[in-house]
Amino acid sequence: MSRSSWLERIWPLVPVVAALLFVVFLLLGFGAEPGTALSAIIDGAFGSTDKVLSVTAFWIPLLLASIGLMVTFTAGLWNIGIEGQLAMGAIGASAVALNVNAPPYILIPLEILAAMAAGALWAAIGGVLKTRGKVHEIFSGLALTNLAIILTNYLISGPWQPPEGGSFRGTAPFQDAALFPRLLESRFSPLTLILTLIALAVVAVMLSNTFWGLKLKALGKNPKSAFLLGVSSERETIYAMMFCGALAGLGGAVRVLSWFDSLRQSISGGIGFLALLVVMLAAYRLLWVPFIAFFFSAVLNGSITLQLRTQLHSSLGGILTGVLVLFVLLFGEYKKLGFRREPPETPAEVSHE
Amino acid sequence: MNESEFVLVLASIFLQASPLMIAVAGEALTERAGVVNLSLDGSMLMSAMTGFVVAYTTDNIWLGFLAAALVGAFFALIVAFGSIYLKQSQVAIGFVLTLLGDDLSAFLGQNFVRLPGPSFSKFTIPLLSEIPILGPIFFDQNVIFYFAVILALVTYWWLFRTQPGLHLRASGERPDAAFARGVNVNRVRYLYTVLGGALVGIAGASYSLAIKIGWSDGHTRGFGWIALAIVIFGGWSPIRGAVGAVLFGATKAMATYLQRAFPEVSVVAFNSIPWILMIAVLLVVGSDFTERFTAILPKPLQGPVRQLLRVAPPMALGNTFGEDP
Repeated sequence: MSRSSWLERIWPLVPVVAALLFVVFLLLGFGAEPGTALSAIIDGAFGSTDKVLSVTAFWIPLLLASIGLMVTFTAGLWNIGIEGQLAMGAIGASAVALNVNAPPYILIPLEILAAMAAGALWAAIGGVLKTRGKVHEIFSGLALTNLAIILTNYLISGPWQPPEGGSFRGTAPFQDAALFPRLLESRFSPLTLILTLIALAVVAVMLSNTFWGLKLKALGKNPKSAFLLGVSSERETIYAMMFCGALAGLGGAVRVLSWFDSLRQSISGGIGFLALLVVMLAAYRLLWVPFIAFFFSAVLNGSITLQLRTQLHSSLGGILTGVLVLFVLLFGEYKKLGFRREPPETPAEVSHE
Repeated sequence: MNESEFVLVLASIFLQASPLMIAVAGEALTERAGVVNLSLDGSMLMSAMTGFVVAYTTDNIWLGFLAAALVGAFFALIVAFGSIYLKQSQVAIGFVLTLLGDDLSAFLGQNFVRLPGPSFSKFTIPLLSEIPILGPIFFDQNVIFYFAVILALVTYWWLFRTQPGLHLRASGERPDAAFARGVNVNRVRYLYTVLGGALVGIAGASYSLAIKIGWSDGHTRGFGWIALAIVIFGGWSPIRGAVGAVLFGATKAMATYLQRAFPEVSVVAFNSIPWILMIAVLLVVGSDFTERFTAILPKPLQGPVRQLLRVAPPMALGNTFGEDP
């Protein structure tokens, strides 16, 4: 009994250690020194001020998307289309940056509004397809994501191509007034951190202290009884999608106006999909989301240095995060593994039924 | 487009559709038993990579397919174990495996990118291939095509004409009733999830070893999701799914043809066709369109047509079944 409770207490560490071991064996299989590889990742993430700022700058849109997903997950929705909502946000911000001439204090709010509106609109399509068309949000989300990526590629190779000719890589750099003010020539803009913290606070209050949060929870837990209690599942579904899409769209604006200085190919960079992993690993607890998102950002940025130094494919970072989430899903809960059987029901109890 | 060109295009449509037909047959078996294996996109990438690497290093294409089937079965086993034994969300596990398979295949296959490797070639069936038009389309094809067609027919027969097939469908429709009749629901679900996964693995390898020969990052990316959508479009039937796969291939081929015919139209319009098609098809399937369509038909036709177009998912799809005997 005491042995079991001791095991139970350290159990949450088991999937983490197992995931690390998985990656170590993978590295050994490729003849790489695991110590060197892991230190390259750590060095790539925290080796200098600039690198820490890069990790932070990558963390911001990831966190925004994750916060947004907390809303859709609460409503029981699998918003896989978030990747495309990020890209649409980037497109929305770019449209303003390329076409409006104004001082920064007008231009930047306009860009943010356009990005959030574009993300929300793209998400709303998924919501309407679900409620009106009975198309599952996973499939519409996937299709809409691919359409957003195709649209991005069209814009940068067509109407928005740089004056010297289309390169398929990106638009010309935006005017300085259009970019978020950045710290120390890095990719990180403190303004985006403030906006993200506001979003975090709003969602925290919204989910736990408002009637709308309660409605979403009801919808997520049991859509049928929520409907019977007068929660309009149609309206709440669309609003939840739009809320998430707006935050993802803001994340897209951060990508173009702070991480880059232009609209690029694969602008969303897998951040939306990664955000889904963040929220799953956090087991849908908002408080854990910022920390896990930061850890993921460090791992992914670090593995770029890994590739530069050791020629190993940078997908190792994605493998570590993916395996970690998988192992936590599979083995995270000690009780579910059935090491300790529940005492069987006594025959007397059964016969009373 | 002259006649021989037209025949070539048709033959290539059926060839391109073959891996999708195999994956759809596998996933239809899995979902009919009540489990959603959402990991298709990742497990197809993993099996395409494994199939190519094994066939390349051993110079034996059959070993490549075997290894790919094992990889697909293993991914499916994780989904089955996670959902049946641990009662975790099938969607969550499947989605994580999708992303993981993508990254893992890129990492494991990094030293095998763009290498010339072994591949399946055409197998001309004597006599039948002599038939004008039909011969070159259906009987002068890659081995993978024959396998896909036979597989669709066999899985259909297994599902709807045999006793084990009945147990399989019962496990997906009414697990409680099946259990009461002596069917070991969870064993059935394990079995067909793993079997379906093995078929998905073969589908992945048939890209890297027959259709799109070789390996590169994200070699089959997107096809797994398309297969999942075709399962829905095909009403969870392997034969209707096969028709769906061919229709999908035909639309893509038509897009390629139109692109050549109208070079002034942006390539965007054509790239977006599969995804717009995916939404449109699921919209039609989900709406009451089929109901309204059958209502305007003459009375005697209504029954059979409704039966033909029926697209109700297995009733217990995605639900866990707790028997605890």
